[in-house]
Amino acid sequence: MTAMLNINNLSVTVDGKQILKGLNLVVRAGEVHAIMGPNGSGKSTLAHVLAGRPGYEITSGSVSFEGLDLLKLAPEERARAGVFLGFQYPVEIPGVNNVYLLKAALNAARKQHGLQEVDAFEFLTLVRDKMKLMHIEDSFLSRGVNEGFSGGEKKRNEILQMLVLEPKLAILDETDSGLDIDALKVVAAGVNSLRSPARACVLVTHYQRLLEYVVPDFVHVLVRGRIARSGDRTLALELERRGYEWVAGEAA
Amino acid sequence: MSENAKQLESLIGRGYQHGFVTEIDSDTVPPGLDEDVVRLISRKKQEPAFLTEWRLKALRHWLTMKEPHWAHVKIAPIDYQAISYYSAPRAKKDGPKSLAEVDPKLLATYEKLGVPLHERARLAGVAVDAVFDSVSVATTFKDRLAAAGVIFCPFSEAVRSHPHLIEQYLGSVVPPSDNFFATLNSAVFTDGSFVYVPKGVRCPMELSTYFRINAMNTGQFERTLIIADVGSYVSYLEGCSAPQRDENQLHAAVVELIALDDAYIKYSTVQNWYPGDANGVGGIYNFVTKRGECRGRKAHISWTQVETGSAITWKYPSCVLRGEGSIGEFYSVATVNNHQQADTGTKMIHIGKDTRSTIVSKGISAGHGQNTYRGLVKILPSAHGARNFTQCDSLLMGGQCGAHTFPYVEVKNPTATVEHEASTSKISEDQLFYCLARGISQEDAVNMIVSGFCKSVFKELPMEFAVEAQALLAVSLEGAVG
Repeated sequence: MTAMLNINNLSVTVDGKQILKGLNLVVRAGEVHAIMGPNGSGKSTLAHVLAGRPGYEITSGSVSFEGLDLLKLAPEERARAGVFLGFQYPVEIPGVNNVYLLKAALNAARKQHGLQEVDAFEFLTLVRDKMKLMHIEDSFLSRGVNEGFSGGEKKRNEILQMLVLEPKLAILDETDSGLDIDALKVVAAGVNSLRSPARACVLVTHYQRLLEYVVPDFVHVLVRGRIARSGDRTLALELERRGYEWVAGEAA
Repeated sequence: MSENAKQLESLIGRGYQHGFVTEIDSDTVPPGLDEDVVRLISRKKQEPAFLTEWRLKALRHWLTMKEPHWAHVKIAPIDYQAISYYSAPRAKKDGPKSLAEVDPKLLATYEKLGVPLHERARLAGVAVDAVFDSVSVATTFKDRLAAAGVIFCPFSEAVRSHPHLIEQYLGSVVPPSDNFFATLNSAVFTDGSFVYVPKGVRCPMELSTYFRINAMNTGQFERTLIIADVGSYVSYLEGCSAPQRDENQLHAAVVELIALDDAYIKYSTVQNWYPGDANGVGGIYNFVTKRGECRGRKAHISWTQVETGSAITWKYPSCVLRGEGSIGEFYSVATVNNHQQADTGTKMIHIGKDTRSTIVSKGISAGHGQNTYRGLVKILPSAHGARNFTQCDSLLMGGQCGAHTFPYVEVKNPTATVEHEASTSKISEDQLFYCLARGISQEDAVNMIVSGFCKSVFKELPMEFAVEAQALLAVSLEGAVG
């Protein structure tokens, strides 16, 4: 099977400081990859670079997504092509209704694919279904985007957006951080509900806790801008036992 | 960031969408201003002698006045003798009596502006008194309003049909000697709207006027007078847009509102006059005096404005809170882009006991625009227990624009409560990227964030107007982030 995402020798600097150093990663449709690693290893940088956040300089390497040169696309084009970034720190946008942002996002993608825009009624039917799964109340729709949300609400909102947009590739940047166990289960259920042979998911996480609920096919350990070790789910458990120092020491 | 900025620059460069000119024969007097011109205007309008004298007095006073320069704007010198002070679409006999008699080109202009009088007005239940240049050419829904006893007509018609009301109220809120531009208006005003809502009547529909400046070199001097008698209610909408022109056009309107006991006047404006091109050439000078007086107990006047157009905006819709327990409100969104300048705000003059005022101002600056909020909250010794709340927020887009705030507070009664909150922020890159990462275009994302910023003002607008205001905001800001 051909790769959905192919990251080849990717090097990235931020403000002149090298963060990613020749990173390689292949993700095929149907797979869930977990990217783990200590603070500052480049996990979030990788997630942001894939989504096209400004402020990163790509000094070498390439990324292809479904045959597209991902790095050449604007962030909104990547999103419409089916790449989704779940933010570690979702921002508040005061005065903009959740429902409005969600509908605009969905319609932007539909328009791109030559589909008719959904009207308000269709949209509400669709979104209410997904809200149930995410344990989100109806009043949420008319609230400002992330405005006054608790940490857990923000993360559940990220997953709700993902469920509505149904991306081919979901990159979730520490979506599990700051969640209590109940919220974690809800988030995991959301992620699992999108698992299919046609989609792929990259979970960026510190802890293997999330991986108990979303079982990955591959686990990679990122150390100092490179993937230092890859394995299956058992690697995460071993990391939990032995700590990142273990891999970091080997990679040095 | 710089890449972002570049994209934004290109988006800002989009042209003014309402720029077109309709050719209609105008009955225009030669440029210049003296007593003869004032007499001519008054004669053309078949005005009673008291009004001719009123105008002449204003003119004589105006000749002793100097153009004010205290506002935070740069104005190219205006040659008042180069302006033509009267222009009327050529009337067939005594002017059109129905839409069928209106110049079809004129109606086409409204169509282009998205104001198909006959369709939209009926569908929306809005009565439209359209001012085209200086003479009102079409009035609808008169019968329904008449049945309720509401008078809604062109100002010049009111002068003929209700001279006693004009004589009683004209200039009673904005005296003819008030300020340079209001005084000029008092001398040469040509038309505008007149509204009288009788005792205890709730006006059965929103009243609306669409202004449009069209004849070359013609200053536009509207005069609007709205009187809400005891216990009545009226909501008045004013919206404007102008064709693209490569010269400055002066607009100096005066709006007076009078609310008697328990009356409520809601006055909403969406202003979208030609702002000048990307280099700041052309555009309308919008020097407007708007003031309302809560003359009775528990009277209520609410101003809502969305100012997106004009090269220079100079206006301070104000409330004189004379009646005990009366309420004044001012909700404003003012945007400047390219080389636009706005110096706008409000004055809340608390005279009566237990008077209350609320000010919410949202200023948005982009391009090289300069946006100034100037407000005065004045609590007189008689205003026991008066309260004011002011909130002033500024949003900056790009690094070359400016936001300025001049809040003046004068409190002469120790029982008064005055609160002021202010903020200045930039559209954050985090907000922008969040939207982009959801597939929303840069343009839509900016519009969305800006609309969110303005929400507390937009919610004060009548429904159809809110939609229109949002659309205008999108056109006038196209892009612009920093």
